[in-house]
Amino acid sequence: MEFKTFVFYFFSAILVFAGLRVITSRNPVHAALFLVLAFFSAAGVWMLLQAEFLAIALILIYVGAVMVLFLFVVMMLDINLDRLREGFWSYLPLGSIIALLMVTEMALVLGGNYFGLFESGVPQATAEVSNVKAVGRLIFTEYVYPFELASVILLVGIVAAVALTQRGKRKNKSVNPAQQVFVKAADRVRVLQMPAEKRD
Amino acid sequence: MTLADMQFQVPDLRLASAEIFMLLMACVILIVDLFVKDRKRTVIFVATQLTLVGAAVVTFATSTGEIGYTFSNMYVGDLMGDLLKLLVYLTVIIVLFYSRDYILEREQMARSEYYVLALFATLGMMVMISANHFLTVYIGLELLSLSLYALVAMNRDSVPATEAAMKYFVLGALASGLLLYGMSMIYGATGTLEITAVAERLYTGQANKPILVFGLVFLVSGIAFKLGVVPFHMWIPDVYHGAPTAVALFIASAPKLAAFAIVMRMLVNGLIVLVQDWQTMLILLAVLSMAVGNIAAIAQTNLKRMLAYSAISHMGFMLLGLVSGVVGGDARFALNAYSSSMFYVITYVLTSAGTFGMILLLARGGLESDQIEDFKGLNKRSPWFAAVMMMMMFSMAGIPFFVGFFAKFSVLQAVVASGNLWLAVVAVLFSLIGCFYYLRIVKIMYFDQPTNTTPIHAPLDMKILMSANGLAVALLGIFPQALMSLCAFALLRSL
Repeated sequence: MEFKTFVFYFFSAILVFAGLRVITSRNPVHAALFLVLAFFSAAGVWMLLQAEFLAIALILIYVGAVMVLFLFVVMMLDINLDRLREGFWSYLPLGSIIALLMVTEMALVLGGNYFGLFESGVPQATAEVSNVKAVGRLIFTEYVYPFELASVILLVGIVAAVALTQRGKRKNKSVNPAQQVFVKAADRVRVLQMPAEKRD
Repeated sequence: MTLADMQFQVPDLRLASAEIFMLLMACVILIVDLFVKDRKRTVIFVATQLTLVGAAVVTFATSTGEIGYTFSNMYVGDLMGDLLKLLVYLTVIIVLFYSRDYILEREQMARSEYYVLALFATLGMMVMISANHFLTVYIGLELLSLSLYALVAMNRDSVPATEAAMKYFVLGALASGLLLYGMSMIYGATGTLEITAVAERLYTGQANKPILVFGLVFLVSGIAFKLGVVPFHMWIPDVYHGAPTAVALFIASAPKLAAFAIVMRMLVNGLIVLVQDWQTMLILLAVLSMAVGNIAAIAQTNLKRMLAYSAISHMGFMLLGLVSGVVGGDARFALNAYSSSMFYVITYVLTSAGTFGMILLLARGGLESDQIEDFKGLNKRSPWFAAVMMMMMFSMAGIPFFVGFFAKFSVLQAVVASGNLWLAVVAVLFSLIGCFYYLRIVKIMYFDQPTNTTPIHAPLDMKILMSANGLAVALLGIFPQALMSLCAFALLRSL
């Protein structure tokens, strides 16, 4: 076995295992962490296909940003798993029948006849230039219109976030330095004259 | 492919100058807002309206009447696009005038972001209308939808509005997912996402048919979600009902034009070879929508909810034109059928804007008046506006000599010409059922005693615009030919 093949099977085995654990582990934090592992292994497989840009993007975006956010959400929301699992057994028969039907239907349509490996052909080897360079060049030439519009979508996201969360001037207790330097002792300290009390 | 193979042509920016202008102005307004102290934001309002007028001027000035492609064929400029864009600007201008007072009365909505998001939504619609690439269709759609989600949620302290925004967001994301999945299947089958290239490859038979049809199912489902036709309609009543009326007015008007445009671009321009497949799907959607929309509307007590179901039935009716274009490989009637659909959607948008405008006109002092009961005895409070509302209702019901009648008539003509007589009969039957709830509003306005006798106060501009809107519905009903031939001409030069 060639070393490359070994690496492929190695990553694939981890990927399948991690994927299974995502849906079977009882603890949502563990599930999220297994998803991170799955992303890492998938990135490794992509690297073998010489799709280095995709691999890096997967790690940076999914592992670095999306999954961290996900973990925060999972940890912050106190999900009551017992309530989620309530009625699992009573729904199981109907659920599994529907799932079985869907799987059969999809297998009929998506089976080897139409979507098989030989129907779509083996992908060509990637270009001799680096992925990043090719993608960058495409984004700024052929795909410049959707690329610019995608940035507008991000801008709308920012505007919407500000519009939906900003509630006017914040009523905080910040200090105004200009007023602070002019303050006099008399403004802050009041000396009271009190008659001395006698001790009984 | 190596880098040396790539030929890059500098895009012809003139074709897309309206989009560029709109984007620039939206950003300028966003910055100008920082320096505006006025609580009413009059400057921003005027600037937004001027931007829309400016975009109309730019679109009109750069329209050549020819089909032109730019940005590596991702953008198409043609007469259909120009006409629809001009109508979108007009609708948004009307919508913003109608909403002006409503949002000023609500502290959280009276902000410049309202106008800026409206402009971005308009930009999204323009991108959708001019898309010649599945990717640009999707990006335009997302730009429009994201702006709309934010607008719906803008009245933060209102629980129904937040709920509506959440539902709209989740279902909208699901619909986008379906659409994207369909697009990726079509990409897998044809190897391209460019709509004209897809059509070409299908025509020369270089595509894998089962995969294509598989993708088509998802594509049509996604479109059906966005149009709001049964069985993908569940979000429409909740969103129309929960959203602030000004935003419901926005959602119920201009985006329908853009949705029509993407249906034309994707199904007619791109996948015309699969016409038999998608016509069958659309027939099913159309019949179901007319049935569910018209029957469910009867049971509503809230006018916005009733109009939502009416919107569902109207979109179903509009689809009838699209399914009668090609009969057994014969495309003789295609132009007639598609232009009747276009006429239908344009007149529907006009009428729908007027009807929601009337709800806004009656909503005063921070209170809504979106119950059907609020229209009781409107004739005693203001005979003129009762008459305008009556014209809108007659038009929606399709009573002769209002524009809605001619819209329905021309669609039915196309259906009969395509030989689907049963479909025409079904459509007429459900329209008859639909008459009931429109005429009930007229009855309530004229024959019931008003519960609220305060006269209607509204700014002059809104009164004038409302009257103009009503008169347009009446006048287009008497002289429908001009707009009809304009639609036919635009489609003739674009298909």
